[in-house]
Amino acid sequence: MMELVLASFPLIARGLLVTILVSVAVLLLGTLFGIGGGLALLYGARPLRWLVRIYVDALRGIPQLVLIFAIFYGFPALGLQVSAIFAGVLALALFCGAHVSEIIRGGVESIARGQVDAGKAIGLSFVQRLRHVIVPQALRRILPAWVNTAVEIVKSSSLVSLVSVVDLTMAIQQVVGRTREALLFYAVAATLYFAINFTLSIMGRRLENRFAHA
Amino acid sequence: MYQFNWRPVFDNFDLLLRGLGLGLSMAAVSLAIGSLIGLAAAFARTQGARPLQIVASAYVELVRNVPLLLIIYFVYFGLPLLGVSLMDNIWSFVLSLALYSGAYLTEVFRAGIEAVGRGQTEAARAIGMTRLQVARHITLPLMFRIALPALGNTFIALFKDTSLASAIAVPELTYGAIRINVNTWRVIEVYLVVGLLYLAACYAIAGLLRRLERRFAMVT
Repeated sequence: MMELVLASFPLIARGLLVTILVSVAVLLLGTLFGIGGGLALLYGARPLRWLVRIYVDALRGIPQLVLIFAIFYGFPALGLQVSAIFAGVLALALFCGAHVSEIIRGGVESIARGQVDAGKAIGLSFVQRLRHVIVPQALRRILPAWVNTAVEIVKSSSLVSLVSVVDLTMAIQQVVGRTREALLFYAVAATLYFAINFTLSIMGRRLENRFAHA
Repeated sequence: MYQFNWRPVFDNFDLLLRGLGLGLSMAAVSLAIGSLIGLAAAFARTQGARPLQIVASAYVELVRNVPLLLIIYFVYFGLPLLGVSLMDNIWSFVLSLALYSGAYLTEVFRAGIEAVGRGQTEAARAIGMTRLQVARHITLPLMFRIALPALGNTFIALFKDTSLASAIAVPELTYGAIRINVNTWRVIEVYLVVGLLYLAACYAIAGLLRRLERRFAMVT
């Protein structure tokens, strides 16, 4: 029995690595989508703004799991072969991008109109206003919300196990199936997810406090 | 070029509609149970004795940092291995979702309790109400109105989370999509229709909730 338990740890370690890699990839890609989407919502021409608005509202009304299935099974039907991990990362990144777009739009819109006008009045160009007036202030609102999104994404990364990617959740399922040691291994999984996310949450809270008094 | 064929999807439309109904019901029952858990934990966190506060906080922090899928697997696969097996997959999922939502609802209710003005509760104590009476007649009704928009958003989030029930073969909407897909291989049609059904349901609920909120809006 003990041997089985010990033999499971390499599998769990590999699963943990996959979970971390998927989460990081989703967050990087999703944040890129979100910056593009947020800027388009704020400063885009009307047709672009509408397109991005439809993207954001549609993705927030569809479960992430449905998005993953749609890409994983849908792309091959259209003649595009995709790996399970690619489908999972792309689907979650699209979802993440929709949320980050809204966070960025909200953060920038929370800045008093007078700030931007004052920037214009002293002759700052659009890029200069963005750099010296808008971004430093908006970042205070955006970063804490972004950290919350990051926690949600780490949790959502477990959904890739449903298209048979061996992430932490799938590894635990396999190990529990083999050893029948439910309590031990579900506790291990919960502890690992908790460790990642609690660290992120604490960093988020620190950022919030720091910016609240700045 | 992909050849569209909508027939298989619409021939099985009743499967999808029943799945949608099941998802909404499971979300509603989970919200009800989760609200009870959340209310208890919120009062424990704000007014309970120190050990109670710690237990409630530990529950909230643990659940909010762990994937829902892991909770579903623990309840469905783990509990029977530990000798607890009295649930079918639907109730097992509802219990998981209730436990999960309870943690978020604790924070919703806690914010609501803290938003009820001290003047209100102190006035009630001053006219001789017991603490239980204050909770029942002052804090709860006011808190409910403050928490209503957040409760509505939680319901929509829970409805979307019911898609995870497909992982343990609960015949809700996403599972319906998988079934039709396996039987007919009309991938694009199925997921377009299912995506639109989720979207329509989410926005319909959001619209209804906004009307409800307006009715219960606080007059300040």
